[in-house]
Amino acid sequence: MTPGPLLLFDLLLPAVLLWLAWRSLTSSDLFRAVILFIAFNLLLALAWVRLEAPDVALAEAAIGAGVTGTLLLAALTRIESAAGRRLSRPARWRPAALVLTGTALLAAAAGLLWSLRLLPTMPGGLGPLVDRHLAESGVDHPVTAVLLNFRGYDTLLEVAVLLLAVIAIWCLDEAVPFLQQPLESPLLTGFNRMMLPILLLSAGYLLWLGSHAPGGAFQAASLLAAGLLLALFSGASLPAQWSGLPLRLLLVLGFLAFLAAAIIGPLTGRALLHYPPAWVKPLILLVEWLLTLSIALILTATVIGGRPTGSRPYPPPASPAAEGRQR
Amino acid sequence: MDPRDILSIVFLLAAAPFFLAGTIGLLRFPDVFCRLHALTKADNLGLGLIVIALALQADTWLQSARLLLIWLLVMLSGATVAHLIARTALRAGRKPWSGRS
Repeated sequence: MTPGPLLLFDLLLPAVLLWLAWRSLTSSDLFRAVILFIAFNLLLALAWVRLEAPDVALAEAAIGAGVTGTLLLAALTRIESAAGRRLSRPARWRPAALVLTGTALLAAAAGLLWSLRLLPTMPGGLGPLVDRHLAESGVDHPVTAVLLNFRGYDTLLEVAVLLLAVIAIWCLDEAVPFLQQPLESPLLTGFNRMMLPILLLSAGYLLWLGSHAPGGAFQAASLLAAGLLLALFSGASLPAQWSGLPLRLLLVLGFLAFLAAAIIGPLTGRALLHYPPAWVKPLILLVEWLLTLSIALILTATVIGGRPTGSRPYPPPASPAAEGRQR
Repeated sequence: MDPRDILSIVFLLAAAPFFLAGTIGLLRFPDVFCRLHALTKADNLGLGLIVIALALQADTWLQSARLLLIWLLVMLSGATVAHLIARTALRAGRKPWSGRS
């Protein structure tokens, strides 16, 4: 951040962020807390823009505010009674808890500041190192090069964590519809007809852009997920024959493709995740495309918050009631 | 000063009152329908003027076109969402404010 005409803005932004975070955490009305959380994430995206990290800003706005906001709102609609939405009483701090938490937070902050001093001082951080090796990475955008090549390890494990989250959610319960009846309106139908192709196109554009400019798999996937959620809210649903094995295959496809690309290294006498130089670009593009598809479905599945209706972990008992429910 | 810069400043200054009025309306208007009405002014006209001001500053025609596309998309989704919120509120039994409270 450079001092200048934007100095006041740069000072105000963190202050507003802290205030929004505090209000969201202490609000006794859960709906208000969620709305404040969404506002917090949008302003956080703005902070990333000010830090000249447009990739993170895009992901923050799309996943942090958009998908997570929708997830929280969808969770709220499940808490049916209006009484349930309000916490029984505002959280009250006991003096002892206040002192203990305060001390712990101060200690953590001091530790962080201390470890900051221990970091090796490298002018420009790891940026120059990435720039030097960018030509070997197969892509022209440093962020994508780090995410899918130099530090592909992190991204691989991230996708695994997302997949585990879906598995955990599916273990909990069957999906219940968000809305008693889907939103029906001629205006919404027209909106969907225009918006769904545009979202699909923009997702493809962001994905393609990722190889040389801010964009990439996660940003494209959240746009795809937005389209899927829009269709779901408007009453679309996955045909039953698709919600079994095909859906599960698509969910794990990205992770499996990434894993397969990672294993090529050891099979050809290189390190894990070390792609053969001749195939770098096509490999990264293929992994990114499949990742986008899987991440979009994973994000949608987490918002839906349950395994598809009718698909059970165990074969259902052969009773007429269960038969009727399956259909 | 470049005439383009002056035009941009004029459009930005023209946009600000719409956002101010929209925000005050959102905070102060009596019911959800009036508040939606206030919000759409900021979304449509306010954002439109800002987009024009920024499009004048863009380096290429493509950038200007993208900015205009953003405005069109925001108007499209703003109108649809306002309609959905208003209809849901009406069906939930909210009576539009009539001034007689």
